[in-house]
Amino acid sequence: MVVAAHPVSAPVGRPGPPLGVGEPAVVVRDLVVERGAVRILHGVGLDVPRGAVFGLVGPSGCGKSTLIRTLVGRQKATSGTVRVLGQPAGSLALRPALGYMPQDAAVYDDLSGRENLSFFAAVYRAPASRVAEMLDLADLTAVADRPVRTYSGGQRQRIALAAALLPAPQLLLLDEPTVGLDPRLRRRLWAQFHAWAAAGTTLLVTTHVMDEAAHADCLALMAQGQVVAVGTPDELLVRSGADDLEDALLRLTAEIPRGSPSSPGAPDDTAPTARQSVE
Amino acid sequence: MSVDRTFAVVRRVVRQLRRDHRTLAMLFLIPPLLLWLTSEVYAATPLVFDRVGPLLLGLFPFTLMFLVTSISVLRERTQGTLDRLMASPIGRGDLLVGYALALTLVALAQAAVALAVGLWLLDLPSAGSLGLTFAVVAIQALLGIALGLFLSAFARNEFQAVQFLPAVVVPQVFLAGLLVPVERLPRVLEGAAQVLPLTYAFEVLDLVMVQGRGLGDDRVALDFAVLALAVTLFLAAGALTLRRTEG
Repeated sequence: MVVAAHPVSAPVGRPGPPLGVGEPAVVVRDLVVERGAVRILHGVGLDVPRGAVFGLVGPSGCGKSTLIRTLVGRQKATSGTVRVLGQPAGSLALRPALGYMPQDAAVYDDLSGRENLSFFAAVYRAPASRVAEMLDLADLTAVADRPVRTYSGGQRQRIALAAALLPAPQLLLLDEPTVGLDPRLRRRLWAQFHAWAAAGTTLLVTTHVMDEAAHADCLALMAQGQVVAVGTPDELLVRSGADDLEDALLRLTAEIPRGSPSSPGAPDDTAPTARQSVE
Repeated sequence: MSVDRTFAVVRRVVRQLRRDHRTLAMLFLIPPLLLWLTSEVYAATPLVFDRVGPLLLGLFPFTLMFLVTSISVLRERTQGTLDRLMASPIGRGDLLVGYALALTLVALAQAAVALAVGLWLLDLPSAGSLGLTFAVVAIQALLGIALGLFLSAFARNEFQAVQFLPAVVVPQVFLAGLLVPVERLPRVLEGAAQVLPLTYAFEVLDLVMVQGRGLGDDRVALDFAVLALAVTLFLAAGALTLRRTEG
C-alpha cells in the first residue's frame, strides 16, 4: 500500500454482500455523547457518501476519536441516531464489513507482523492467503517474522493499517493513520486511499493536520464536539474566504456561539486516561 | 460463541506467553522455590509444614494466575487491541473463554511442576490420589484466572491491577485458614470466610492431601461443587464487565 510504488487497486478480497445500499455509508443525526459528566459530542450531524475518501478534521480533543468509536459501536451514544452501512452502530451484521484502525496502532507488540495478521484473519474468518497478500501490500514481507516491537514508526503504522484492511471492509475507519509518517509516505498513503475509494470502499479518515486534509474528497471540520462545516476542500476555502485550510478551520470555528455547552476543559480524546477515567 | 475464534485467541495468548521467557521462568520457578523456602522455615516444626504446605500448593497458582490474567487483559485494553476486537465479529465469550483456556494450559503445567517438587522433593503429605490432588491444585489456578478476568475490568492501569492482590487476594488468604484454622476465627470473620471461595479451596486441599479423602466424600464433593460454581460465576461476571460498548 502505502509504499507500493503504484497504488494497488483495492483492499477487496472477498467482499461480503453490500450492506444498506442506497443509503450513505454513514448517517449521523443529533449525536450526543457524554462520558461521565463531560459532554464530548454536542449534537453531531454527518453524512458520509459511499466510495469517497472522507476526512474528519479538527484539533486534538475535538471529539474525532469519540465519533469514530461511536460509529464502530465501541462508544455508547447518549442520544441521537447513528446508522452505518444502513445498520445501527455496532450491530452484528455490520461488524464484518468494517475495518477499524484505532489510534496508536493497536497491535500486539510481542508478536510478529505475520502473527498479528494471522490472528486478525482468524477473527474475521478471512482466508489465510490474505495475510501474505496484506504483508506484501504493506511492504512488510521482509520484516514479517520480526516482533512488531522492533518495527520503525512507519512499519508499525503500516501493520496496523494492514490489520484494518485484512477483512476487505466496505467501510474503512482510520483514526489518525498518518501520524508519525514522513511526508513521502503520507502522500503515498493518501494516493492509496483514493485507489481504494475508486474501487468502491468508503474511507473515513481523521487527522488534525490541515495540510493533509486537502487530500480528502470531502471534509467535515470539527471543533468542540460539533461538526461546524462540511464540503470539499475548495468549497471550504471559498466559504470561509481563507487562503488555506488551517485558516478556514479557525474562521469557521470562530462562529460557534460562545455560550455553547462545550466545556473548555473537555479531555483530549487522544488520551487513554480520558477514555478510562469514566464509566 | 464460536470454536474457531476461541482457539485463535488461545493460540495467540499462548504464543505471547511463550515469547516472554522471563515471565515463563518465574511462573514455573517461583512456586517450587517458595515451597522449598517454607519447608526450610518450618524445618524445626515439620508438623506445621505438613499443614501449611498443601495450602501453599494451592495458593501460589491462585495468586500467580490471578496476576498474569489481570495484567494480560489489562494490556489488551491499554494497547487498544480490545477496541479493535470489540469492533470485530468476535464474541465476548470467544475472547474470555479463549483467555481462560490459554491461561489454564499454563496453569496446569505450573501446577504439575509445583506438585512434583512438593510431593517428591519436599515430602508434602500425599495421602490422597495423585489425580485428585492435581485436580484440586488445577481448580485453584482456574479460580485465580476467573477472578482475574472479572476484576481486570475494574483496573484502569497496571498500578491498580497489582493493588488488587493485597485488596482481594490477601484478605482471603488470612481468612481461609492459612494463619488460623477457620473454626477458630471470631464468629463474624468465620461467617465471612464461609462465603470466600479460597476457604473451600484450602479445605479441600487439606481433606485430599492430608486426610486422604476421595471424591466419594461428601465434604470433598461439596468443596469441588462450590469451587466450580465460583469459577462459573466469576467467568459470567467477567463476560458482563467486559463491555462491547462503553458508556
